[in-house]
Amino acid sequence: MGTTQILFWFLTALALLGAIMVLVSKNPVHSVLWLIVVFFAISGHYILLNAQFLAIVNLIVYAGAIMVLFLFVIMLMNLNAETEPQKSIWMKFFGVATGGLLLSFFISFIVSSIDLKNKTAQLKEGDVGLIKNLGKVLFSDYVIPFEIASILFLSAMVGAVVIGKKD
Amino acid sequence: MNKLVYLVPLFPLAGFLINGLLRKSLSKGIIGFIGSAAILASFVVSLVLFFQVKGSGAAIPVEPLFTFINADTFKIDFAFQVDQLSSLFLLIITGVGFLIHVYSAAYMHEEPEQHVGRYFAYLNLFVFSMLLLVMGANYVIMFIGWEGVGLCSYLLIGYWFKNNDYNYAAKKAFIMNRIGDLGFLLAVFWLLSKLGTVSFNEVFPQVSRLTPTDITGITVLLFVGAMGKSAQIPLYTWLPDAMAGPTPVSALIHAATMVTAGIYMVARSNALYSLSEVAQHLVAIVGIATALLSATIAIKQNDIKKVLAYSTVSQLGYMFLGLGVGAYTGAVFHVMTHAFFKALLFLGAGSVIHAMHHEQDIRNMGGLKKHLPATHWTFLLACIAISGIPPFSGFFSKDEILAAAYAHSPVYWVLGVIGAAMTAFYMFRLYATTFLGQFRGTHEQEHHLHESPKAMTIPLIILAVLSVIGGMVGVPEVLGGHHELHAFLAPVLTTETHHEISHSTEYALMGISVAVAAVAIFIAVSKYSKKPELGEPAGFGKVLADKWYIDELYNNIIVKPLGALAGVLKNVVEKSGIDGAVNGVGRFVKYSARQLRLLQSGQVGGYILFMVLSIVVLFLLFWNQAMITQFLNKIF
Amino acid sequence: MPIQYYIALASALFCIGVVGVLTRRNAIIVFMCIELMLNAVNLLLVAFSKMHYAKAAAAGAVTTAGTEGQLFVFFIMVVAAAEVSVGLAIIVMMYRNVHSVDVNFLNRLKN
Repeated sequence: MGTTQILFWFLTALALLGAIMVLVSKNPVHSVLWLIVVFFAISGHYILLNAQFLAIVNLIVYAGAIMVLFLFVIMLMNLNAETEPQKSIWMKFFGVATGGLLLSFFISFIVSSIDLKNKTAQLKEGDVGLIKNLGKVLFSDYVIPFEIASILFLSAMVGAVVIGKKD
Repeated sequence: MNKLVYLVPLFPLAGFLINGLLRKSLSKGIIGFIGSAAILASFVVSLVLFFQVKGSGAAIPVEPLFTFINADTFKIDFAFQVDQLSSLFLLIITGVGFLIHVYSAAYMHEEPEQHVGRYFAYLNLFVFSMLLLVMGANYVIMFIGWEGVGLCSYLLIGYWFKNNDYNYAAKKAFIMNRIGDLGFLLAVFWLLSKLGTVSFNEVFPQVSRLTPTDITGITVLLFVGAMGKSAQIPLYTWLPDAMAGPTPVSALIHAATMVTAGIYMVARSNALYSLSEVAQHLVAIVGIATALLSATIAIKQNDIKKVLAYSTVSQLGYMFLGLGVGAYTGAVFHVMTHAFFKALLFLGAGSVIHAMHHEQDIRNMGGLKKHLPATHWTFLLACIAISGIPPFSGFFSKDEILAAAYAHSPVYWVLGVIGAAMTAFYMFRLYATTFLGQFRGTHEQEHHLHESPKAMTIPLIILAVLSVIGGMVGVPEVLGGHHELHAFLAPVLTTETHHEISHSTEYALMGISVAVAAVAIFIAVSKYSKKPELGEPAGFGKVLADKWYIDELYNNIIVKPLGALAGVLKNVVEKSGIDGAVNGVGRFVKYSARQLRLLQSGQVGGYILFMVLSIVVLFLLFWNQAMITQFLNKIF
Repeated sequence: MPIQYYIALASALFCIGVVGVLTRRNAIIVFMCIELMLNAVNLLLVAFSKMHYAKAAAAGAVTTAGTEGQLFVFFIMVVAAAEVSVGLAIIVMMYRNVHSVDVNFLNRLKN
């Protein structure tokens, strides 16, 4: 087992652990912190896949901006384990059962699928994820969606301000 | 010229629409005028058609109006046919019908305006349907008319719909007719399935293609229809009850025209009947049995219209006897003469009832001779005619039937003569009790006795003249005549049985029947003119007066069990079965809705749960698509 | 790495997100679980992108196969950021109105 494999399994385990901890944490602040762990693990996966641009963007946008925003809101509302509302045990049971059912389906698809046999994702090499290559395509073929995305941001910003201001 | 044919039913239809739709705005006089004028116009056109047919000796070719039913294997046109038989019936219907319309205008004068409009609308609709019946070129059009006259009969019997007994009588007539109609309908279906056509012109040349079983089945079923419409055993009990309608209606529908529809239909289908021994025997036996049974009942009836009603049933029985023994011309001849004298008798009775202020019991009459001279004389002539005294019309037609019956089997003849004697007896019993002797009603009634207006007496006189001379068209050869009606109808009634009996025998037959009738008349007049029996009949007489208890029998063996069955269906099957099922469905939906409503909790989490579950199910479906398709294919 | 591993990982993350949405009542946690699901998809897209690139590169020649997948991830991040800003604004407003972030309070759909 090479370093790559070790890294892969480590990051996978970290991501899953973080995700589960997001779920089970009573305190919302802890959930946020665990989610940041998950995002870091996923960014690690991106780096492993040599998708450097996305790894950085993921860290900046998600782990940086978005999660800080979450944290701000939670702290603003002074939410903590005591005020955390709990769903009924039945709802929890059904939720877990349904999710588990879905997962078991996914897994069984993956195991039984013939199409996926002998397909591998390239690790460590391949320059498709480099900023240079992505930027070329983004600013040529995808320039219009890119601009539209900026308008989307603008409108989201306006929307957030409108919704959030005191009536 | 065949466009004229359409005019015949068109006038009564127009009259029906005008009178029916404008009955609230037209005055009584105008309504009566429109109603009568429509029939008169039809009569004139019918006369033209009749002479056309008589002149050419062939049926008038008529283009089909339109295609009525166009199915895969058969096509039924809405077509008319005017040949010798139907043109003769056209004359009878429109001629007698016109006279009765005129009479009605005077008779119904006391009724409120809108009801008069309704009355004339029904009457015109009746004439229209009757014309459709006789003019139809196939059994389906005939059936439309057949149903139409049944409907009008129902409507007119129940004309005074506020009286529940009358409504009951109307329903009885309609239901009994329906039983017969079912037979007719089945016969038409049978014909259609075997030959693929119901048109007279196509059916009769093809009868050889039918097996004997088919022919017997079809003719017997058709005769069931005729039994209902023409009031034969066992479906005759509606006709006496049908007297609940206004008297002119009884004259037109229940004596002169509608009830002869069965005769017309059998005569029209003579090509079929002559091929089936069974059916012919059945027709003859039912006919003579009806004739005798109703004649016995008529002897003991005290309601002036009931006597005439049973007399009608009896005479119809004679006509069927004639049909059964193959004397189709004789039957049609009797239809014609019967239309004259029976219409006259009913109108005369109407005149009496009118004068007596709706008194119908002959025990309260008597001595009306001097008060109602015109009615009296015309009534007397009609009684003589129906009794079969030469040279009145009834003699010739009845004699022709009896002669044919003798040729077929002397037993029929003997029974027929007995019936004729009873006919003469009860008619003159009626005549003597009503017009001779002393008046037995109240003083008030006597004070108000008056002859009917001209509009009523003139139709009586015209019909009286026809009753007297009407038989001249069919004077048999043995009396030195030339049977014109026979020659005229020969092209249509092709399968008429030509009976060969010697002239001496025929003289003897005539002599016996006339003598018997004369004796019966003598007994009746001498017995009832001075001191008619007024008490309640006893013994056998009571059985006759109570109509052999046939109505009670029917009531007990058919009506009551059906009523009980209906009660069971209503109270058990409907209440707990059908209502239960319907309410159960409602309750189930309501219950399940109440339970399902809980799913709509408003909790987003719940909705998402269902969404995810649905996704799982969808995955399952897609994954196992082939398996599921196979499974579904196996099920459906 | 076999692609199945990545798919399994992404599926697991996704399902955890689903379970989170189903079982938690705190609107913010629910929102975070949605982000988790988005990230699972992102990871899958990148993995597939690299799978396709590897296949195209193995066939020789310079290729841009797989760029689209990564650009999609980029756009998803953009949309997610916009969504988070609006969503958090809504949650803040809700908190201001009902003094709770419990999604069970949001049962106005019932009526």
